Amino acid sequence: METFLGIDYNVWWFLVFGGVISGYAILDGFDLGAGALHLFLNKEESRRIALNAIGPVWDGNEVWLVIGGGALFAGFPVAYAAIFSAFYVPFMVFLMGLIFRAISIEFRSKEKMLWWRKTWDISYCVANIVIALSLGLMLGNVALGIPLNKDHEFEGNWLSFFNPFSILIAITTLALFMMHGAIYLAMKTVNRLYVKLTLLARDFTIFFVLSFAVSTLYTLLYIPHLSDQLRTHPSFFILPVIMTLAIANIPRSLKNANFRFAFLSSSVTIASLLIMVAVEVFPYLIYAPNNPQNSITIVNGASSLKTLKILLIIALIGTPLVCLYTGFVFWTFKGKVKLDEMSY
Amino acid sequence: MDVEILARIQFAFTIAFHYIYPPISIGLGLILVIMEALYLKTGDKRFELMTRFWLRIFALVFGIGVATGIIMEFEFGTNWATYSKYVGDIFGSALAAEGIFAFALESGFLGILLFGWNRVSSGVHFFATIMVFLGSLFSAIWIVVANSWQQTPAGFHIVGDGLQARAEITDFWAMVFNPSSVERLLHVWVGAILAGAFLVLSVNAWYIIKKKYLEIAIPAFKIALVVATVFSISQLFFGHKSADGVSRNQPAKLAALEGHYDRLARADMYLFGWVNNKTQETKGLKIPGGLSFLVHYDFNAPVKGLNAFKEDERPTQVNSIFQFYHIMVALGVAMITLSLLACWYWRKGTLFDKKWLMYIFVWSVMMPQVANQCGWFAAEMGRQPWVVYGLLKTSDALSKAVSANQILFSLIMFTFVYTMLLALFLFLLHRKIQHGPETRHDEDEEANEAFTKRNNPLITHS
Repeated sequence: METFLGIDYNVWWFLVFGGVISGYAILDGFDLGAGALHLFLNKEESRRIALNAIGPVWDGNEVWLVIGGGALFAGFPVAYAAIFSAFYVPFMVFLMGLIFRAISIEFRSKEKMLWWRKTWDISYCVANIVIALSLGLMLGNVALGIPLNKDHEFEGNWLSFFNPFSILIAITTLALFMMHGAIYLAMKTVNRLYVKLTLLARDFTIFFVLSFAVSTLYTLLYIPHLSDQLRTHPSFFILPVIMTLAIANIPRSLKNANFRFAFLSSSVTIASLLIMVAVEVFPYLIYAPNNPQNSITIVNGASSLKTLKILLIIALIGTPLVCLYTGFVFWTFKGKVKLDEMSY
Repeated sequence: MDVEILARIQFAFTIAFHYIYPPISIGLGLILVIMEALYLKTGDKRFELMTRFWLRIFALVFGIGVATGIIMEFEFGTNWATYSKYVGDIFGSALAAEGIFAFALESGFLGILLFGWNRVSSGVHFFATIMVFLGSLFSAIWIVVANSWQQTPAGFHIVGDGLQARAEITDFWAMVFNPSSVERLLHVWVGAILAGAFLVLSVNAWYIIKKKYLEIAIPAFKIALVVATVFSISQLFFGHKSADGVSRNQPAKLAALEGHYDRLARADMYLFGWVNNKTQETKGLKIPGGLSFLVHYDFNAPVKGLNAFKEDERPTQVNSIFQFYHIMVALGVAMITLSLLACWYWRKGTLFDKKWLMYIFVWSVMMPQVANQCGWFAAEMGRQPWVVYGLLKTSDALSKAVSANQILFSLIMFTFVYTMLLALFLFLLHRKIQHGPETRHDEDEEANEAFTKRNNPLITHS
């Protein structure tokens, strides 16, 4: 197999895809978390500030999902086809969540009637919770593997996606995003709202640590093969260590009101969690527990070498550009939120 | 109903609904660039108010465009898994390029466009406006390239056979510049710009009729009229180029567009008509030999008809294709006529006194929208029974793991949600138009008050 800088093109694309998904989880994660705790804010002004804290950036953050979808379609079309047709029902629910999140943000501010704003507040909050839970549910099932036939098509019942492990992962994802979002909002606010958000950030950190502990315990007891790689390659143990340190740093930074550091720590938590999943799954994209021969790997699920090369060129040109203007937008809107007549 | 028809209905429905919005974003993007440039150049307050008013409409349109667009990217995987595997090697790279080069540019700068007016300098804001417009143009490039590859595949070879067969790329640039992509892209771009221009014309015509915000409405109308005139006339050329491409690349589609059945004969061009696919008869008002002339510049030149193709390799819904195509052409001609008429009265100085003409402009917003939809329906139905022309049949392209009930569930959900979305969109658009280009600052305070009056007993601290 041909390599680039000593690494297979297939592995490269797996890394790129993983990077984009981690970027999505970190960036849209705080939008989703902020949205999921929307109803905990009970003043009109607080809700508006929370919306405007993500207002200029959420759309750009969601684009990472679009890029991730494109990256999977382009580099691993077999996995793309299998995943989305298998997760048909949960994925449609997820997409509905995305629609409702977008239109709730957009529509809420357009009218001032109380019932109008309350309706969109509820739809917004529910949409974010649904998105986070369905993402977690699908992630859990990908980690577990799904039954595939020899044409790499899903064979099974979609109700089986609601297994205890995946439900735990779904709850953990929600908790993680809510913690992440609360920290982000605390970073963007002042005065009483800020105090409230620091308390929420603390509560959701506890919520996350508990749900993560339960999920980990469940995994170790009932799904031991999901820690095989860590067991056989002790050097990977650095990942849970980094993650634990990052989690431990969150309450410490919150206490010192160092929100950037807290935000960085929760971002590292998200990234290291996903890297651990990736390490365990690799080289499979989708493991088929019914017959491992039918599994989709980064080799049999990939596009041709030529396409992978083209994709890597596209990524090499595109990534710096995306980082440049994402950075520019975040820099423009840095600091605490101030409402003006163009705000939501 | 079976999986194939349900999946096709769902795709057609979701893409048609989505396609209401991005063309407006493209067209409005261009007009915003012009308005803001005029503001920066002249410093005239009217252009500022105009820009900010249309920015608010742009935000609404863009929001729904994004919300409905994200569905499309994943619908290939959810409903057309076999297709996704077949074309992933080719289609995927266009889609990935679209995400990274176009959407990221568009969405990144959108934040500055909408919320940056008081945050960044006017030059940076103008730059953001241009970037958002370019982003929307780029996104059209990649998606039209991917679609054109389905119509006229190039730069690939087939690997494997049966269900495992798939197209693999051999030449990236041959794939991008496949025989139909450039002409179709230009046709799509111009159609999109018309959608934006006629929206601006429509809203301002209404203000002119109501004698409201005249100092803003009249110059905005003029800007949009110039855009509409230039691009509706140029569409005549691009539309012809596109049809010319169809005659070379997809003769069966061309035959369906004009309801031409004879294997090889002189082909007529209809102004309007009706096709009976059973008796293979087309009736209506026609220019004898018109199609022959458009294709070969000779009224008597023979053109391949539908019967020259195998029965299972040519479109069956000939009348629908015929009607969609003819409605599109008629609307194109109507847009040219309307723009030229308005320009004529503008030159005479009586344009804004012609109330009847303004009323037509209020409704003219529908013309590019309907024309765009009809054009796509003709193009995509004319491609049938192929999903990748000459290579993969639509009926073979489905997701085998998805049942009819699942699609029915999602289709009902989409119908419900999209109907609600459309109603809300029209309601909010209407309110914004009524509200007009001037900003009022008291609104938010009112809302704040209303909210605090009803304090929430459940949560007391904050």
